[in-house]
Amino acid sequence: MALSVTDLRVYYRTRRGDVKALDGVTFEVADGEIMGIAGESGCGKTTLGKALIRLDTRMKHVGGTVVLDDDELPLSDDNAMNRHRYREVSLIPQYAMSAMNPTRKIGRMIRDLLSAHSVRYAEVLPELERRLKLVGLETDVLGRYPIELSGGMKQRVVLVLSTLLNPSLLIGDEVTSALDVSSQKAVARALVEFRDHGFVKSMIVITHDISVLFQVADTILVMYAGHLAEKAPARTIISEPLHPYTKMLIGALPKVGDRYEEQQLEGIEGRPPSLLEPPAGCRFRDRCPLAHDKCAEAPPFREVAEGHHVACWAVS
Amino acid sequence: MRGYLARKTLVYGLTFVVAVTLNWLIPRLMPGDPVQRMVARAAVQHPETIASMTQYYERMFGLDLPIWQQYLNYWGSLFRGDLGTSVWLFPAPVSQVVLDAVPYTLGIMIPAILLSWVVGNSVGAMAARSRWLDNVALPVGYLVTAMPYMWLAILLAWGFGVALGWFPVAGGYDFGLVPQWSWSFAWDLLQHWVLPFLSLFLVALGGWAIGMRNLIIYELESDYANYLAALGAPKRLIRQYAFRNAMLPQITGLALQLGTILGGALVTEIVFAYPGLGKLVLSAIQNQDFFLLQGTLLFVVIGVLLANFIIDIVYVLVDPRTRTGLTGATA
Repeated sequence: MALSVTDLRVYYRTRRGDVKALDGVTFEVADGEIMGIAGESGCGKTTLGKALIRLDTRMKHVGGTVVLDDDELPLSDDNAMNRHRYREVSLIPQYAMSAMNPTRKIGRMIRDLLSAHSVRYAEVLPELERRLKLVGLETDVLGRYPIELSGGMKQRVVLVLSTLLNPSLLIGDEVTSALDVSSQKAVARALVEFRDHGFVKSMIVITHDISVLFQVADTILVMYAGHLAEKAPARTIISEPLHPYTKMLIGALPKVGDRYEEQQLEGIEGRPPSLLEPPAGCRFRDRCPLAHDKCAEAPPFREVAEGHHVACWAVS
Repeated sequence: MRGYLARKTLVYGLTFVVAVTLNWLIPRLMPGDPVQRMVARAAVQHPETIASMTQYYERMFGLDLPIWQQYLNYWGSLFRGDLGTSVWLFPAPVSQVVLDAVPYTLGIMIPAILLSWVVGNSVGAMAARSRWLDNVALPVGYLVTAMPYMWLAILLAWGFGVALGWFPVAGGYDFGLVPQWSWSFAWDLLQHWVLPFLSLFLVALGGWAIGMRNLIIYELESDYANYLAALGAPKRLIRQYAFRNAMLPQITGLALQLGTILGGALVTEIVFAYPGLGKLVLSAIQNQDFFLLQGTLLFVVIGVLLANFIIDIVYVLVDPRTRTGLTGATA
C-alpha cells in the first residue's frame, strides 16, 4: 500500500475559530494508482493535497496519521518533513506558471534544488534531458529563464522537475486548470505516461474538472465539506455513482447528445455548510433529497462493493 | 546587447544636450546682472570708468556677442574643458573651483549612499526573519527616516559637536590649517567628515532597511518560494532566492539615490559649512555667478547621467526580464 491516510484532521486557525477544512479523512492509495479528488471549491481537496506535503502557516495538523511506504510522515514538523519532500512526496502546484524563480535560469534552479537534497546535478542531467524530451521540450530550456517559456511549457518543466527523483507519491493540484484544452490533454497524457514509466509510483490529482479526472484517474474520490463522500473506480463514479452528492455532481455536468434547449441543466440547490461550526452528522443532509433522521449521525465511509466506498446511510 | 547599448547611449546623449542647453539658459533668465555687480564691487564713481569696465568684463565673458553666438561658444569651450571664469572668485577658472569642491561632495556622498544601502539592506533582510530584530529595527527605521533631515543634522551637530565636543561642527578642515599631504591634515579632514557623513548615512539607512524587509517578506510569500519549500529546499536557499529578487527594486532605488548626490549634499553642506558642490551652488546663486553655477550644475548633470547609465547596465545583467523587454522576447 503506497499511501494510507487515517482519520486525518487539518484545521485552519482563524480569529473566529478553527475552520475544519479536513475533518477525519481515511483512505488509501495503492501502488501505481492515480487517484483523482473532485469536489466543489471549499470542500477541502486542496487542503488535503497540501497537508500531505507542506502545511502552510495557518494550517494546523489536529489529528490522524499519514503513512507512505511504511513510513509515517511527520506532517506538523516542517524540518523533519524536508527529508521526505521531493524524494518521497512531491508536488505540482496550482501555480505552476509562477512556480519558478523569474531571475534564475531553469537549469541553475534545478541544480540548486538538487544540491539541497545532496544529489549531483551532473549525475541526474542525462535523465533530466531524457524526460524533457519525453514531454516534448528541447533540452535548451535548461539554459532559459522561466519567462522565456509559454504556460504549457512551464507546466511541463514543473512536471519533469517535480518528479525528477522518482517520488513515491505525486500530488497534482489543479494541474490542468490554467491551460487550454489541447495543452490540458498533453499534460494529462504526460501524467499517465510518467506513472507508466515508473517515474512516479502513485498520484493524487486534485481538480474541480471531473472530465479531466475521467481521462487521467484510475479512481475518483469525491469530497464534500471536509468529509469524504465516495471513492470508486473512475468509470463507476461516472456511470453508477451511489452517493446522492456524487449523483447530483455528475448530473450537473453537460453531456454530449443532450439538447439543452429542451431541458434545463440541473444544478445542486443550496450551499455547503460553514466549516467554522459544521453541523453534526452528514454534512450534505441539508441539500440531500434522501435525508432522514439517521443522517444526524455521521455515516461511516464503508466499502459497499470491491473498491467502492460510500459514506451515506441511504446506500449502505 | 549592442543594440540596447547603442540606444541607451543615444538617449543619454540627447539628455546631455538638453541638460547642457538648459544649464546655459537658466542663469541668463535669472534676475540681476553679474557684470554690474563686479563693477560695483570695484567701487568706482566715474561714469566713463564704469562704462569701460563694463565693456571690458562683457567682452571678457563673451556677453557682448549675440545670444546664439554665446550658446555656440559655450559648447565650443565646453569641449575644450573650459567652463569660463568665476565672477565671484574672479579670476579663478570655474573648472578649478568646481574640481576643488568635487572631492568633498563625493567624499561624503558616496560612502554615505553605498554604506547605508549595504547596511540597510542587510538589516532589513535580517529583520524579515527575526521577530525580535523586526520589532526593534522597524520602529527605529521609521523614526530615523521620518525625521526632517535638516533637524537631524542640526541635532547631530549640536549633540556631538557642541555638547559632547567630539567632532568639529563646521568646515571641511580646520580653518587654521593649509591643505597639504600630511597625517595631521588627513586626521583633521576625517574628523570634519564624520558628522556630515553620519547625518546622511542615518537618514538613508532606515528607508533601505524598511524597504528591504517588506520586499523580502513579499518574496517569501511568493509562489516560487512556496514551491521550493514544498520540494524540501532548505530555508537558506529560499531566502537566498528571495534576497536576490528583492534586491532588484533596491538597485533601482540606489540609482535614484546616486542621482541625488547634489540635492542631498546641499542641505548637509550648508548645515556643516562643508566646502562641496552644494555649498558652491548656493554661493554661486547668492553672488550671481553665472559661470560657476553653470559649471557646478554641469558636473551634477554628468554625475546623474553616469550613475543612471551604469545602473541601466547593471540591471540588464541581474534581471533577465529587462533584457527580453528591450531586445525583443524570444517566446
